[in-house]
Amino acid sequence: MKLRFSAADEAFRVEVADWLRDNLCGEFDVIRFRGGPGDEHSFVDERKAWERKLGDAGWTCIGWPKEWGGRAASIEQQVIFNEEYARAGGPGRIGHIGETLMGPTLIAYGSDAQKANYLPSIRSGDAIWCQGYSEPSAGSDLANVKTKAVFDEAAQVWHISGQKVWTSLAHESHYCFVVARTDLQAKGHKGLGFFMVAMDQPGVTIRPIEQLTGTSEFNEVFFDNAICTPGDIVGQPGEGWQVAMALLGFERGVSTLGQQMLFQNEFNDIVRLAKANGADRDPVLRQRIAEAHIGLRIMRYNTLRVLSGSDEGELSAEGMIYKLYWSSWHRNLGKLAMDVMGADSEILSAQPYELNRLQSMFLFTRADTIYGGTNQIQRNLIAERALGMPREPRGNS
Amino acid sequence: MEFKFTDEQLMIRDTAEAFVSEVSTSAAVRSAMALPDGYSADLWQQISTEMYWQALSIPEAMDGLGLGYVELAATLEQTGRFLLCSPLVATVALAVPAIRVAATEAQQQAYLGRILAGQVATLAYAGRQTHGNAIDVRATSTDQGIHLNGISRHVLNGQSADFVVVAAREIFADGEEGVSLWFVDCDSHGVAIKALPTMDQTRRLAEMQFDNLLLTPTQRLGGIAQCQRHLLDSILDLAAIAVAAEQVGGAQQALDISVAYVKERVQFGRTIASYQAIKHKCADMMLKAESARSSLYYAACIADEFLLGTISAAALAEAASITKAYSSEAFFFNAGCGIQLHGGVGITAEYDIQLYFKRANALQSFLGNASYHRERLAKQLLDSEVLS
Repeated sequence: MKLRFSAADEAFRVEVADWLRDNLCGEFDVIRFRGGPGDEHSFVDERKAWERKLGDAGWTCIGWPKEWGGRAASIEQQVIFNEEYARAGGPGRIGHIGETLMGPTLIAYGSDAQKANYLPSIRSGDAIWCQGYSEPSAGSDLANVKTKAVFDEAAQVWHISGQKVWTSLAHESHYCFVVARTDLQAKGHKGLGFFMVAMDQPGVTIRPIEQLTGTSEFNEVFFDNAICTPGDIVGQPGEGWQVAMALLGFERGVSTLGQQMLFQNEFNDIVRLAKANGADRDPVLRQRIAEAHIGLRIMRYNTLRVLSGSDEGELSAEGMIYKLYWSSWHRNLGKLAMDVMGADSEILSAQPYELNRLQSMFLFTRADTIYGGTNQIQRNLIAERALGMPREPRGNS
Repeated sequence: MEFKFTDEQLMIRDTAEAFVSEVSTSAAVRSAMALPDGYSADLWQQISTEMYWQALSIPEAMDGLGLGYVELAATLEQTGRFLLCSPLVATVALAVPAIRVAATEAQQQAYLGRILAGQVATLAYAGRQTHGNAIDVRATSTDQGIHLNGISRHVLNGQSADFVVVAAREIFADGEEGVSLWFVDCDSHGVAIKALPTMDQTRRLAEMQFDNLLLTPTQRLGGIAQCQRHLLDSILDLAAIAVAAEQVGGAQQALDISVAYVKERVQFGRTIASYQAIKHKCADMMLKAESARSSLYYAACIADEFLLGTISAAALAEAASITKAYSSEAFFFNAGCGIQLHGGVGITAEYDIQLYFKRANALQSFLGNASYHRERLAKQLLDSEVLS
C-alpha cells in the first residue's frame, strides 16, 4: 500500500497545471469554477469553445486508446488530470457524457463504422451528447421504458417515438443515446435497443423543465417518428439493456475525483465564509464543518481504493457505496452552507430569483440524492449485490 | 500510487483472520471475560511466541519484524473483528509507539526487548478529566531524584502490565507545559494499581496511583529535560489509528453477524432480510464500515510515513483524528443498528451483538471521542490563517 505518485506522474501533474494556467485565462476567465451540476445552464457557448480548445491540445478523452485519439493515460494520470483541472477552476465539462459514457461504450461494443463515425467528434470537443434513459414511467424502474423503435423495412430506418425526461443539456446536444423498445410484446429489460439519435431533426422536440433553482438544465425530450439509421443501433435489437447497463458501468470512474475537487472548492468557500462572519465560533457549526471535512477526505480515500482495484478483483464494496456516499455528503454540505450563512442565506443576490453559488448548490443538492439512481435504489443495490440479501417481491405491471 | 494491500499484506491479514477466528470464538471470549485479568495468559503466550505480533511494528534493527502500520492495522482489524481479549493493543498500540517516538536508542533496545520477550506494557496518560487528555500525575525533582505523585486513570490492561510509560507534568506546570514521559515498572515501590470494573468486560482498565514513586533520570524517555507534550500527542495519534483498526473490524463484524441473522429470521412468511426497511439499514452499515476502512488504511500509510520522518506531526494528527472520529461513530452505529436488527434477542446476554455494542462504546470514548477529534480538526481548519 503506498500513497505517493511516481516522479513521472508528478511531472505530468506539472504539465497539466502549466497548460491550464496558460490557457484557462483571457476569454475563458469567466468560466472558471462555472458549469457542472446545478450550474449547467451557464456560459454554454464559452464552455463549448473551451471544449474545442481542450480537444485541440489533446486534453479531452485522455484515458481513451491512442488509436481513437486518446493518450492511453494511466489511472494515476487520469486522477492527476482531474484533480489539477478542478484545482485550476476548470469549468464543468459540457462534453462529459460523450467522453465518459458514450465513447467508452462505443470503444467496447461499437462497430468499426460507429467508432469511425462518432468517436472523432467527441474527441475533438465538437459533438455534445445527452442521455435518453429516464421516462415518466421509467424512473427508478428503468427497464419500464415505453419509447418504441419500429423498423421501417421500405425506408430502411428506425422510427423512434416516445418521451424521455430529466435529459441534461438536451437543448445543447447534437446526439442522444436512447433506450427504446424494439420488441413491443416484450416487458422489462427484454426486447430493448440502444440507439444513437441525431437531435437536429423534425421528430425531436425539447422542452426545458424549470427547477426549484429557477433555472433549467433538465429537459423533456419528445420523439415523434424520429429517424435513426440501421447503423446507429449499438449491439443487436434486444441487447439494449446490456449495452445500457455496461454504459453505466463507465460512470463510476476517475472523473469522480474531479467532482471531489469541486466539492473541495465549495467547502473552502464555506470555511472562508465562516471565518469572515463569525460562524467559526459556534461550537456546533465547528463540529459540522469538521464533519464535512472528514466526509470529503474519506470520499477521496474510498475512491483511491476503488481505482487501485479491489483486493479480490470483483465489483468492490467500496465501489458500490460511492453514489450513496457522495450524494448524502453533498446534500448535508448544502444545508451546512445555509447554516453558516445564517440569516443572510435567505437574501438573494438580485431580482427576480438570482441565487448565489452556495444557495444554488443548497437547492440543487436535493437532486443529487435522486438522479443517477436514488439513495433508496442505491441501498437496494448494496443490500442485494454486496450483502446477498433477497430482492423484494415485484408487483404486476 | 497503489492504495491496496500487497500480496504480503494480504497474507498477514489472512493469517490473522484464520488464527483469531479460531482462538477467539464466542465461547473463548466469554471465558476470558470471567478471568481476573480479562484474558487468557496461555493465549497471550501463544500470541507472543507463535504469532509474534508484538514484534510487528518494532524495527528490524531492534530485532523486531520491521513491518509497518499497514500490517499492524490489517492485524488489529481482525483482532477487533473477533473481540480478541488480550493485552496486544496496550502493548503494540500504546507502549511500542511511545517507545519508538520518545525513547533513546539504548532505552529502545532495553524496553522493546522486554516486549519482544513477551512482557505486557501499556501507557498511563489520562487524568481525572475524561475528555481530552489532561494529566494529573506530577513530577517533582528532589535531592534523591524525581518523585511521581498522582493518579492516572483508564490505563488499558494496567493491572497485568509489567511496565508502563507514564505521562507526568511538572509540579506547577499547566496546559501544554512541562510534560514528561517515564518508564515505570509496575511492581515498583510507590505504585498502586486498582482494577476498575468496566462495562465492556472484554477490555480491562485500571487506575494507577503513584505515591512518592522515586525515579532516576535514566527512566525518562529520551533522557532530556524538555516538554514532551508534542511527542505525547503523536504517540496518542499513532495509538488512535491502531484503535481505529479494531473499530473497523468490529464495525464489519457487527454488520456481518446482523446480516446472517436477518437472513435466517422469518416473519410474515419471509425472511426479514427481504424487507427494504432491513436492507436499507444494512446498506447504511456497509457504507460506514467501508468508509471507516478507507480512512484507516490512509491513516496507516500516513503513520508509516511519520515514523520514517517524511511527513509532519500535523499531518499525522489530521489523519488520526479523521479515522478515529469516523471509525468511532461507524462502529457504534453498526453495533447499535445490529441490536435493532436482532430484535428481542439483541438485548440478551446470549447473542454476541451486545458484546460489540459495549466494545463500540468503550472504544469510542478511548483516546478521545468523535467530537473531541472533530474539534481538533476544526482548530486546524478554522483557527489558522492558512487554508489548506
